[in-house]
Amino acid sequence: MNTIIVTIAMLSALGVFLAIVLYFVAQKFKVYEDPRIDEVASILPGANCGGCGFAGCRAFAEALVANEDISALFCPVGGADIMNQAASHLGKTAAEKEKMVAVVRCGGSCELRPRTSTFDGARSCAVIAATYGGDTGCTYGCVGAGDCELSCDFDAIHINPVTLLPEVDDEKCTACGACVKACPKFIIELRKKGPKSRRIFVSCVNKDKGGVAKKSCAAACTGCTKCLKVCPHEAITINANLAYIDHTKCKLCRKCVEGCPTAAIHEVNFPPRKPAVEKAEVTA
Amino acid sequence: MLKTFRLGGIHPHDNKLSAEAAIETVSPAETAQFFLSQHLGAPAAPTVNKGDKVKVGQLIAKATGFVSANIHSSVSGTVTSIDVVADHLGIRRPAITVKVEGDEWDENIDRSAELVRRTDYTPEEIIKRVAEAGIVGLGGAAFPSHVKLSVPPGKKAEALIINAAECEPYLTSDYRTIMERGEEMLVGVQLLKKALGVQKAYIGVEINKPQAIEKLQALSSEYGEVEIVPLKKKYPQGGEKQLIKAVINREVPSGALPVDVGAVVHNVGTTLAVYEAVQKRKPLIENTVTLTGKIAAQQKNFNVRVGTPISRLIELAGGLPENTGKVVLGGPMMGKAISNLDAPTQKSTSSVLLISDSEAERREPSACIRCSRCVSVCPMGLEPYLLIRQTERKMYEALEQHNAHDCIECGCCIYTCPANLPLLDYIRLGKTEVLKIKRNRK
Repeated sequence: MNTIIVTIAMLSALGVFLAIVLYFVAQKFKVYEDPRIDEVASILPGANCGGCGFAGCRAFAEALVANEDISALFCPVGGADIMNQAASHLGKTAAEKEKMVAVVRCGGSCELRPRTSTFDGARSCAVIAATYGGDTGCTYGCVGAGDCELSCDFDAIHINPVTLLPEVDDEKCTACGACVKACPKFIIELRKKGPKSRRIFVSCVNKDKGGVAKKSCAAACTGCTKCLKVCPHEAITINANLAYIDHTKCKLCRKCVEGCPTAAIHEVNFPPRKPAVEKAEVTA
Repeated sequence: MLKTFRLGGIHPHDNKLSAEAAIETVSPAETAQFFLSQHLGAPAAPTVNKGDKVKVGQLIAKATGFVSANIHSSVSGTVTSIDVVADHLGIRRPAITVKVEGDEWDENIDRSAELVRRTDYTPEEIIKRVAEAGIVGLGGAAFPSHVKLSVPPGKKAEALIINAAECEPYLTSDYRTIMERGEEMLVGVQLLKKALGVQKAYIGVEINKPQAIEKLQALSSEYGEVEIVPLKKKYPQGGEKQLIKAVINREVPSGALPVDVGAVVHNVGTTLAVYEAVQKRKPLIENTVTLTGKIAAQQKNFNVRVGTPISRLIELAGGLPENTGKVVLGGPMMGKAISNLDAPTQKSTSSVLLISDSEAERREPSACIRCSRCVSVCPMGLEPYLLIRQTERKMYEALEQHNAHDCIECGCCIYTCPANLPLLDYIRLGKTEVLKIKRNRK
């Protein structure tokens, strides 16, 4: 009986002694961390996608707390809501940024862009792009092995099995930019989401001369300059046989879409046009 | 005991089907196309304009810088365009197109078959002529030869090694060159020795070519110190570093050049081109191309003008068989399957190989079973199973630590993998990325 009591007493004394030692060690080597970092991190989406340019949400929270001026920082996943919440928590003002979305600029579906060879090696866009010109006559277009699909953390981009082109889900896309970096052909671009998700863009990146581009793909931009002439907002530029619509200048008037001879300019989420006859009457 | 290299290697069936086909000269096609970049290094700059008349052997593009090579017209005719042309991989690259009219040669070129043995040139003269003739390594990498011959100050070449291993299955162009033009090549060896200032030359030949070894041994006694080294049959013996190890038993460290261990390696075709450039003033406008394959209607060895469409060679050998799965430029191990048959041949084109659809088919990849076969066959001592994972995960620093840039792309790993993993596809990508990072750091 005595032995038991002595044992318990000894262990308790030892415990108390070590606790005191630990307390002083902890005081001595204490690292101060701003409690706001944890609080802000809990507001952020926690996707750790890297879309903000930082290693993860916590690193972004640290940057938000550390910087006085946070206008250059933005979380594309959370958007304006989350940014405002985090900013008001810190007593700072968040940057106003428009919602962006990933846009695939290639319209060369299997039908429009005939295959000239088949690649039977590794199913990876990066490997295909590094190995040869691609399985169609167009060396600029989508190679369709789905590196963008693999890179997406939000299940927002998928290869359409019929066209073999990637398609972006507007609702799920957070514009984190992972697919933009993953695409070895630089086809995907972040563009303004636009009102009601409406947007107009040139769905082609082929820089070949018009004839060569047209031969390899029926939906290629030939650099014919028709759209350039018709655009009232000076949003269109033509560089190396390729038209580009500046999404910050485009007013979504749709004039360029009508004139494009190869239908390389795509419009998304617009209501169907009124029949041509009716329109002619209106203008008359 | 026959000599060979130490690490790794495989033993594919050699299939030298076209070994007995004598070299046939191919007349020029209707047009010839010359890429401005047929070599490693800076692309050449055109010296002709659209509409100009050119002769065979005339300079049409000049080297821009030290590591670059001149390009000469292999045909006579009119320059019709200087524009982008799709190459064998479908990639559009700048090229000069010449419409062929007649066959008028440059007056300075000696076209007689007479053997010229004089070697009373200074090393500078030889190197200058090699550079002027636009000679590049014909073993495959197309590295400008005059760069290899100009030994950097502070280093010394001790041995010249001629690569006649021809370890790639199917290829017979070097073998045919030795059998038909062996003596001219040996004069070329003497010229190379003189240019480098070395006493001894070695010619490494694999034992599966006994006639070539016999012929060279009979001829070499007249040509000073030339040792014919019979080698064990093992792929990739013709790799520069592997050949140095096999022939003179020296190892080239990672990142070093062969000349750092005192060796300079040149291919049989290159040696013959050096002979022609120095003795006959003929630039590199022709090369030997093997057209072969189990399904090929005829087995051929051609003497082809640079810039001839690949499709023309296939036609001359009886056309494309119906069950062709892949057309490969180069050997089956290192060659690349091509997507554009109308593309022109280049200086370093050594073979056109036709593979049937059943043989060309890749098997479905499965998971790595960690058997480490790829590690044991890698001639560079790398770990392919690791490199493929690191490339997939974009771990470029780790790739560099594991020496991915040392990969010689011989394909031993992918040949031996029981899980059919596309090892080389990924490693090639990882290697390019690592080299890009290393270049940017400089």
